[in-house]
Amino acid sequence: MSIDLKTIKHIAKLSRISIDDKKAKELEKDLNSIFEFIEALNKVDTKKVDPLTSIAETSLKLRGDEVKTKNIREQILKNSPDENKDFFVVPKVVE
Amino acid sequence: MSDIINLTLSALIDKIKKKELSSQEITNAFIARAEKSKDLNTYITTDFENAIEKAKKFDEKGNFDYKLPGVPLAIKDLFCTNNLKTTAGSKILSNFIPSYESTVTQHLWDEGAILLGKLNCDEFAMGSSNETSFFGNVESPVGKKVVPGGSSGGSASALAAKLTPATIGTDTGGSIRQPASFTGTVGLKPTYGSCSRYGIVAFASSLDQAGPMTQDVSDAALMLDVISKYDIKDSTSVNFKRGDYFKSLSSNIKGKKIGIPNEYRVDGMPKEIESLWQDGITLLKNLGAKIIDISLPHTNYALPAYYIVAPAEASSNLARYDGVKYGYRSEGENLISMYENTRSEGFGDEVKRRIMIGTYVLSSGYYDAYYLKAQKIRRLIKNDFDEAYKSVDAILTPSTPSSAFKIGDKTDDPVSMYLNDIFTVPVNLSGLPAISIPAGKDKNNYPLGLQLIGKAFEEQNLLNISYSMEKELSFKNNLQDWWIK
Repeated sequence: MSIDLKTIKHIAKLSRISIDDKKAKELEKDLNSIFEFIEALNKVDTKKVDPLTSIAETSLKLRGDEVKTKNIREQILKNSPDENKDFFVVPKVVE
Repeated sequence: MSDIINLTLSALIDKIKKKELSSQEITNAFIARAEKSKDLNTYITTDFENAIEKAKKFDEKGNFDYKLPGVPLAIKDLFCTNNLKTTAGSKILSNFIPSYESTVTQHLWDEGAILLGKLNCDEFAMGSSNETSFFGNVESPVGKKVVPGGSSGGSASALAAKLTPATIGTDTGGSIRQPASFTGTVGLKPTYGSCSRYGIVAFASSLDQAGPMTQDVSDAALMLDVISKYDIKDSTSVNFKRGDYFKSLSSNIKGKKIGIPNEYRVDGMPKEIESLWQDGITLLKNLGAKIIDISLPHTNYALPAYYIVAPAEASSNLARYDGVKYGYRSEGENLISMYENTRSEGFGDEVKRRIMIGTYVLSSGYYDAYYLKAQKIRRLIKNDFDEAYKSVDAILTPSTPSSAFKIGDKTDDPVSMYLNDIFTVPVNLSGLPAISIPAGKDKNNYPLGLQLIGKAFEEQNLLNISYSMEKELSFKNNLQDWWIK
């Protein structure tokens, strides 16, 4: 199989990465060569194999739902790309 | 001063404890050398002024019982450090200053170590040559315009060039062991779940693991003692009984059974590496180990499975970089175009490729064909190891299928770059511990490494076998300091 330009643009959209036509063509070439390499997996019969989802196959440990850190609003907001000191600010979403 | 930089970590600690050297003398020596080694481009961020201040404090009233008393260390810029820029080698995090500390680095400071600064790495640890970093290529001290390997390339280069007495890296598909092999240093990837992932910039969560990079095996054991601890903050941290790795080091490996996997004899592998491996086998025999031929039949499928699993997890982990809460932001007419422009400008080519691969294999209609298939292959690869470990204690392989290459040699062809990790990736997929130790050199005088793969949670065994080999190999890098200005 091969991945066409239309699919590349669709994946870029899903990935929230803007790409121009030149970049899309580059990615088409790269991804197709990578997937050609990945297709080797089809040679293996895995019908009776259970997927391995995690190496540490233990159940997740529970912990109490407790507040450990308080009053860190300033710390959290200090890396915000917007200068607003009270909120995270994004471009207007509702008209 | 040249004496200081040539000492191993354990020798430095010994001298500090005996008060033959002060923390300030040592810290100043490594800083002075780093100032003269800027051409290697190992550092992304230095914290030298604070380091000198901390060394002074340590000398005044430090605790000499600590495991790393007043020892300066530079670390990979993938570990979050409180109040010090942490970039993961990416433009998208180029202005990010964490307000918390990674668990693993916190363990270092709790044992008296002093942070020198943050070392270059491939962007989000995606790369095998340190050529995907937003902050530029790193040169290896083993040769001009030679890559140090990746993704912990800055760490390997800084360690080999003696800019830090030891360091820590992270290993998702070989990112500790491959650069260690390329630079003539020791790199240990512990068992998945040994060292906390809390505060490490995530790449592929089911594979990522932090570990020591050191001048010798003893130093690796010492560092592992400090960083391998159970952590409630990492849901995959495993609460097993850790060893007293440094104290328990032993070079008696009589009767140990070492497996040699036939599948690691790959086409086109240089003769030098084949003979390095053969010499390793002979050495183990001479040390009293039993050599057993084994088969890991699904080895060839590890790399293609990895290039589904790792990008899939990366595409999810990297969804958080959207220009809203931290990091780089680009402008856009609306929210969506702000996201798209931010990610397009903030991520480099390799990271974009992997996000796209991951998004594709997880997208509607393809999940079963790719992601589920890869997880099944992953099971088969782990089963191969489980089967082999019924008859052997550890496995010996080459660390990499080639020695270090020149900057730019493999950047045009992603697949040829990926093939670098052919011997290291199966270990991450199976969650096992493995170590790369320097074992020889090729015709260009570039180092070559041997890899020992162990059973899960049996790091001590792995350390002992490599410790006994190291004594006999007596490898020396003999670098000529050509980069010093």
